[in-house]
Amino acid sequence: MSTDTIPDAVYVVLRIFFEFTHSFGLLVLATVGLAVIFGMMGIINLAHGEFILIGAYGTTLSFHAGLPLPLAMVTGVAVTTVVGLILERTVIRHLYDRLLDSMVATFGLSLVIIQLTRILFGNTTNNVSLSMGSISYGPYSSGTYRILLAVIALVVLAVLYWVFTRTKFGLRARATMQDAETARAMGVNTDRMYMLTFGLGAALAGLTGALFTPAFTVDPEIGSEFLVESFVTVVVGGPSVLIGTSLGGALLGTIDAMFTWIGGSFLGEIMILIAAIIAIRIMPEGITGLLEDWRQKRREDE
Amino acid sequence: MSEQRLSRRSVIAGSSVGLVSAAAGCIEEGGLLGGGGGSDGPIIGVLEDRSGEFALNGESKWQATLMAIEEINADGGVLGEEVEVYDPDPQSDNERYQELTREAINSEQVDALWAAYSSADREAIRPIVNDHDQLYFYTTQYEGGVCDETVFPVGATARQQLGAVIPWMIEEFGDEIYIINADYNFGNISQDWVRLLADEEGAEIVGSEEIPLGETDFASTINDIQAEDPDFIASMLVGSDHENFYDQRADNELDIPIGSSTTMAQGYEHERLDPPGLADIYVGVNYMPELETEASEEFTDKFYDEYPDAEYVNQEAQNNYFSVYLWKEAVEEAGTFDQDEVIAQLESGMEVDAPEGTIELDPATHHMTHHMRIGHSDEDHNITFDEEQYIEPSFLHEVGCDLTEESETTQYEPSDFYDGI
Repeated sequence: MSTDTIPDAVYVVLRIFFEFTHSFGLLVLATVGLAVIFGMMGIINLAHGEFILIGAYGTTLSFHAGLPLPLAMVTGVAVTTVVGLILERTVIRHLYDRLLDSMVATFGLSLVIIQLTRILFGNTTNNVSLSMGSISYGPYSSGTYRILLAVIALVVLAVLYWVFTRTKFGLRARATMQDAETARAMGVNTDRMYMLTFGLGAALAGLTGALFTPAFTVDPEIGSEFLVESFVTVVVGGPSVLIGTSLGGALLGTIDAMFTWIGGSFLGEIMILIAAIIAIRIMPEGITGLLEDWRQKRREDE
Repeated sequence: MSEQRLSRRSVIAGSSVGLVSAAAGCIEEGGLLGGGGGSDGPIIGVLEDRSGEFALNGESKWQATLMAIEEINADGGVLGEEVEVYDPDPQSDNERYQELTREAINSEQVDALWAAYSSADREAIRPIVNDHDQLYFYTTQYEGGVCDETVFPVGATARQQLGAVIPWMIEEFGDEIYIINADYNFGNISQDWVRLLADEEGAEIVGSEEIPLGETDFASTINDIQAEDPDFIASMLVGSDHENFYDQRADNELDIPIGSSTTMAQGYEHERLDPPGLADIYVGVNYMPELETEASEEFTDKFYDEYPDAEYVNQEAQNNYFSVYLWKEAVEEAGTFDQDEVIAQLESGMEVDAPEGTIELDPATHHMTHHMRIGHSDEDHNITFDEEQYIEPSFLHEVGCDLTEESETTQYEPSDFYDGI
């Protein structure tokens, strides 16, 4: 990789930037559904990857049944939301405040969903292809769709910010998560809030599955492709849903892009995991925990 | 939070339930198909993945093996006896492979074993096979080099596959090669083979990347290749995650031809992915069902009659199919199921009529001489075959493996014998 001349260096910077957008889009979209459920409800949803799987299968199957791709994606999200709501009512509802039990239960759910998918739809699906071409610069190029995904990731974060800070639902949901009893005393139907928040998390996972359907091979194992990335991003980002996910995604995306450029995708993957270990050691509450500490200290100083 | 505290009693109760159900699982597994310890009739073990990472590749291996056994049983069995099958699903999981191999050998006392898709699986169970001197057929195309007294790796080796396709690619497209391969024993040894072949042909490796299994984003790999602009790419990508490379290749209009030993013949990417992801991919194979010979068409017709819902019958399914017949011939010529005598019979040098054509077993190395073809996918994913050669398993002869003279259980690697890689 020669960086002797200025144009070459520009291309390399562009290349790293575009690889960063790929990584950032994947990390944020993989994480956001998990982050909503974990950050708001304290449930570690080990079936998160399988919600993504349902979104991907919903999209693939309805696309091959003849729906145009955008509608097929909406169908994928809808199916995932419904499945999420049903599971919340039947299983998850009984497990609030039982962290270990909820992990075991959701892990079990993930195994059941993978095997059911395999039994019902086989080992593979016909893929959904979407050719959006690529953006070329110098000797390099980057797939347009993956760049679009990064933009969508930003839009999703913005919409979530609006939902949680500017709508009645957001206010009630936050009140419920902060202090359920008081919220109930103020007339909030907390049971409904839990259900809707879980449904929102499931819908976001479904959206991720739908969006990645044209980019990935959709098979019963597709959930596992997101699981590591999503948990690592939550760990690094911390419990604050929006700031944590975006900062975690940005930090890990940068690390991934830099080290993949230096030493290939193997090094990129390793460095993401090493970053997670270091993050747990020096900031056990994630980036947002660190920011919170820092803000509190500053307040005390004043 | 009182719910979160686990009482000691509940833990004990919970784990004993677990133990009981685990024990029940064992009983069920042993009793299902096999006759258990003292089975009187012949029984073979077939451990092929129907779930997990390699389900796509394992499914038709399993189906073709059962089909061969059914045909043989319908035709009077082996030595007049009906052959039973022990075939639980190893789920693409190394540990489960080891567990089931022990079960097959110790409890089922299988007379022959077919097992494993990936080389990692094979190496996980080979020590167990060695401990019990179990007759074992490994049928996947692989990196080569296994010189083992009771193991018959009957699939094509990297030397046979890449030896067919790489020199041809160099002649056709030029001598600058970029290598991408899956980062485990199979892929890395295959990379060594490409380097060796390039060296022999005077070609140059302009870049290489070992890509972890499970990687899905090839943006950086594609950019690295674009920077080097090679004449062709040598690709040994493995598993469904790596398939994302082909779509991303099409999106980025990376129209550099690819020579491969892993695509299409195993995971039928040319049927599953939309064109033009696999345009101008050339793969060295001993078999693909698109082959229009009489023997091949007869085999695929029978297969789809038996399994009308099957998606594809891959190269490895063919290998399982002919090797079951090879075993049957050997047993009948030996006149016994005794494994030592069957191995001795196989080592006398045998021929078998396979769907790929008539092929021979090489007694010294336990490998097959294969009809190697170069399968080519055009931009509409139609398959044509460019060349056919009959290639011997030469590498193990060069390193001095002769199992008829000396027993060993080694895997030789090209880097131990050749300089410059």
